[in-house]
Amino acid sequence: MYVYDEFDRTFLQERVDEFRDQVRRRLSGELNEEEFKPLRLMNGVYLQLHAYMLRIAIPYGTLSSDQLRALAHVARRYDRGYGHFTTRQNIQFNWIKLEELPDAMADLARAGMHGLQTSGNCIRNTTTDQWAAATPEEIEDPRLYAEIIRQWSTLHPEFTYLPRKFKIAITAAKHDRAAIRVHDIGLRLHRRDGETGFEVIVGGGLGRTPFIGKTIREFLPRHDLLSYLEAVLRTYNANGRRDNIYKARIKIQVHEIGTEEFTRRVEEEWAQIKDGALALDDAAIDAIRAHFKEPDFATLVDDPPELEAAKADPAFARWHANAVAPHRKPGHAIVTLSLKPVGGPPGDATAEQMDAVADLADQYAYGEIRVAHEQNLTLPHVAQKDLPALWRALDVQGLATPNIGLISDIIACPGLDYCSLANARSIPLAQDLTKRFADNDRIADIGRVHLNISGCINACGHHHVGHIGILGVEKQDQEFYQITLGGKANHKARLGELLGPAVPESDVVDVVERILDAYVELRTDPKETFIAAVQRLGIEPFKERAYAAR
Amino acid sequence: MTSPLQQKLKITGPTVITANRLTDGVVVWLKADGGWSAGLADAAVVNTSDDALKLLGVANADENRAVGAYPARVEIAADGTPRPVNLRERIRVGGPTIALPGAA
Repeated sequence: MYVYDEFDRTFLQERVDEFRDQVRRRLSGELNEEEFKPLRLMNGVYLQLHAYMLRIAIPYGTLSSDQLRALAHVARRYDRGYGHFTTRQNIQFNWIKLEELPDAMADLARAGMHGLQTSGNCIRNTTTDQWAAATPEEIEDPRLYAEIIRQWSTLHPEFTYLPRKFKIAITAAKHDRAAIRVHDIGLRLHRRDGETGFEVIVGGGLGRTPFIGKTIREFLPRHDLLSYLEAVLRTYNANGRRDNIYKARIKIQVHEIGTEEFTRRVEEEWAQIKDGALALDDAAIDAIRAHFKEPDFATLVDDPPELEAAKADPAFARWHANAVAPHRKPGHAIVTLSLKPVGGPPGDATAEQMDAVADLADQYAYGEIRVAHEQNLTLPHVAQKDLPALWRALDVQGLATPNIGLISDIIACPGLDYCSLANARSIPLAQDLTKRFADNDRIADIGRVHLNISGCINACGHHHVGHIGILGVEKQDQEFYQITLGGKANHKARLGELLGPAVPESDVVDVVERILDAYVELRTDPKETFIAAVQRLGIEPFKERAYAAR
Repeated sequence: MTSPLQQKLKITGPTVITANRLTDGVVVWLKADGGWSAGLADAAVVNTSDDALKLLGVANADENRAVGAYPARVEIAADGTPRPVNLRERIRVGGPTIALPGAA
């Protein structure tokens, strides 16, 4: 994995020192709140309902075991013993004291971590496939290019005060696990005529005005990545609206001037800069590649006897079928750790769990952990022969719920329990849903369903692209929830369709159950997934059932 | 630009001023003596827009102790203490409605 050099370490320490001074000046009254707020936001510090929240970047979702231990330390020392993994592969701590933040950041910096680019109108932390460098599907490790983007974008003087925040995601696999089509820029690494390059997708996004991104370039040679991104950002920055926060994202600009005109402007700008200082040569790419140390993989064979024997245990066999995916190296596997236990807050992990995962990563996974945008953790490189022992250890920690990709693997924002923007709660609803769908046989029979919950229109829970999307709204001090069906975040991304009137909080779990009961009755056979059935039938049959009892 | 003290404020019943403490973000309410309390029971309750505006002015002038001040509607319980009237404020008073991870 990427290893920081002296430049990175010095930069982070200087940033901690700078923030420490800013906090001191705020606490002494030398800086007022208006002056301080943008400074704290640049370091990932928000003020939420009950306390300050610190959002820490996990670039391209990759953590070392030592970094995960550093997060556990921050949870234990400065917070309340847990953290929340987000849909942008970051982690949030909800109870940090402003006066202790500089010390927390200093501890994080020692592990090469920070809160930069997790807030404010800048280019945010670039996200990617949690299976990067492990899945046999991919062309090349996308994290390499995510790191190039990180180095280009961090403190980029031209793009530090954009009209609005700007999110980039990359995938190098055919199956998109990074939701690239709902990002400001989505990059899909692919090959053409033996050359590696990117499909460039622009103007996707969720929030109050959701759009699926538009492809503005089918193939961009990889050496041109930064100059082209600079042209896109420059076009957006020069023409983006700063008078209306709701119309300031690039998706609105692309929509208003049209994809063709936006592309023309980008290409015009790019023609002027493409052969300049931002052109990437092989040496520059290889220099970054050298920082990503591949594990010293053992020479192993697939399906070892230890694994086959363990499958005699139905519980292990179920987990293996659900949470384990093929690896590009023989005898290895990718393992997803569910942070969605029955009745638990989606995406939360305690300090004890973080420490345990760090130890298990060292023991079984070459010391590497990934964070998935679905708010789960991944051990990307596990020897298949170790899977039974790993499963037993994960089960002790409550991290082996066999629900990956199933109805109880819910994406949910923090909602009104924490967030000052939320209109309604997300977590209690998710907890109730996981309790209703706690039966492993039943959820396995229902099969793949992505249920996403947002507590407000800002859509941090990605409700627009859930197979079942749930959006919290407030009506006369009561929580109601709108339900959408048919959304998808993958390479065939689409927005969900509103099912009907919002339902009160007390009815939501029943409505979801009736929708899924209808699916089980209406599917052509168990191989037809929920999303395929919705696409075949439309929402009407589900709408009838959803509202039947009201 | 209109200063906060010149802004109009319409309230429709008993109201308190609430904010977050600067040092740690803890929810606080403005007391009648101009200090802040972490207990809603200690809050100064006003019933007119003019009084709420005055109290908000006091709060905004004290941003080195509490930030993000705003008026919040309350109801007065039988024992005379203020109670929050909407879910958001109930959560600010009582904390998250869920058991926190790791809590016994």
